[in-house]
Amino acid sequence: MDTGDTAFILVASALVMFMTPGLALFYGGMVRSKNVLGTIMQSIFALGLVSVLWVLIGYTLAFGPDVGGFIGNLDFLGFKDVGATPNDALAATIPHVSFATFQMMFAIITPALITGAFAERMKFSGYVLFTALWLIVVYAPMAHWVWAPGGWIRELGALDFAGGTVVHINAGIAALAAVLVIGKRKGFGQGAFIPHNLTMTVLGTGILWFGWFGFNAGSALGANGLAASAFLATNLGAAAGACGWALVDARKERRSTILGVASGAVAGLVAITPAAGFVGPLPAIAIGLIGGVVCAWAVGLKFRWGYDDSLDVVGVHLVGGLVGALLTGVFADLAINEAGADGLLAGGGFGLLGKQFVAVGATLAFSFIVTYALLKLIDATVGLRVTEEEEVTGVDLAQHSEVGYSFSESGSFTTAHQATPSAGAAQVPASEGSGI
Amino acid sequence: MKIVVAVIKPFKLEDVKETLEGAGIHGMTVTDVRGFGRQKGHTEVYRGAEYQVDFAPKVRLEIVVDDDRVDDVVKAITTGASTQSIGDGKIWISPVEQVIRIRTGEKGPDAL
Repeated sequence: MDTGDTAFILVASALVMFMTPGLALFYGGMVRSKNVLGTIMQSIFALGLVSVLWVLIGYTLAFGPDVGGFIGNLDFLGFKDVGATPNDALAATIPHVSFATFQMMFAIITPALITGAFAERMKFSGYVLFTALWLIVVYAPMAHWVWAPGGWIRELGALDFAGGTVVHINAGIAALAAVLVIGKRKGFGQGAFIPHNLTMTVLGTGILWFGWFGFNAGSALGANGLAASAFLATNLGAAAGACGWALVDARKERRSTILGVASGAVAGLVAITPAAGFVGPLPAIAIGLIGGVVCAWAVGLKFRWGYDDSLDVVGVHLVGGLVGALLTGVFADLAINEAGADGLLAGGGFGLLGKQFVAVGATLAFSFIVTYALLKLIDATVGLRVTEEEEVTGVDLAQHSEVGYSFSESGSFTTAHQATPSAGAAQVPASEGSGI
Repeated sequence: MKIVVAVIKPFKLEDVKETLEGAGIHGMTVTDVRGFGRQKGHTEVYRGAEYQVDFAPKVRLEIVVDDDRVDDVVKAITTGASTQSIGDGKIWISPVEQVIRIRTGEKGPDAL
């Protein structure tokens, strides 16, 4: 075990954890004010729900000893035998529990990414059930295929450094399935669906960019030269993505928009994710730039084809993920990472690119089909969508009995909802209760 | 007595307040409102999607005065609020039946 590696992965795990509240702000600012809390909730509650499920069942399905290249077995159920001793097959220099916790943070943000697609109309109960089941039937197998020893995509030799397929393409195509099942928001394509607080979105962008250093550099699983290289590639991906989107804005709209720059940074980060540990700085700039430009174009597709992807999860994460996964097959270089492969431009021919296509195709097909079926099942049982009246009112009040911004103090106290006191505890009248 | 109501551009509020004070008017009520007239709204662009935003922010002034002061008030508001461009706003005047000062109970012009 290496104390430097361990210290680095502990910090990287905290950085990746911080991305999910960052995502909450990024998404929260882009919805209308009546839906800000419901949108934030769908990211924040993933921290609660997925953390618990990951320990109970998710981790062992993803990283338990391989069963047929497809799924992990139940050896690590409830984090059994996941302790301070390193697991040599997964990460030889850090405690097994550090690796498992680092992976927990990826499992949290991936379903949270999807929520941007069905923002402003999803029932909270439907979201909870969807997130729990999706983690188990889609995320865990995908993580196993790509990252676990014995996983069939990993054995194939396709490259995904930090989650281009597992996180971004997976969440992006699941987002497309979700909006096809749940349908458009009332008034999509007619009303002014305008972001209510872009300052919040930009703060979220900053937190995502910051946390992404843990996401990508941490995926080196050690405090070493590869982590340093991935760290730089990450920053350059974001930077070039911001420039790319701003260029498209300036050409198309004749002005630069802050939402464009923020979106471009995220698109660049998405695109660099699979390549971060396989490419040098110049390819990283190219990948970020292409990611920013292509995603700026792709967010317009929803109006052309008529699917209501509220916050452009398809346009940014699916398309940015595809760009990154395929460009990894172009720019990957053994000189940067000897555990990788040479891509097209590094003299490796079309071999790696072909494998990247296979990995992408399998991710698209598996995630879309299973997510679509899962959502149909939930729609037929607990339901996915709020009522039309609730949608007009806003999910904050309708689903959570709260509002994000309160401008009125008019009203009166009604009842204190208190937890039932345990037997023998003194009964405190509501009027005298001091709360916690 | 008359109530003079004016809807003006928000950034002209300070100018209007000064011209009204210059005309000897020492009280007014101001509300932030939204609206549009011939000016219509404005365009906003988010991720390449263009939206027409109908309601522009405006400020609504209400001033109650005795009949002989109405022309001065209208002139003061017109001077202060004008930019000579579309969207400068409107003024309208209506009769007021009674005015009461809450503190003293005075009624009519004495309460102004």
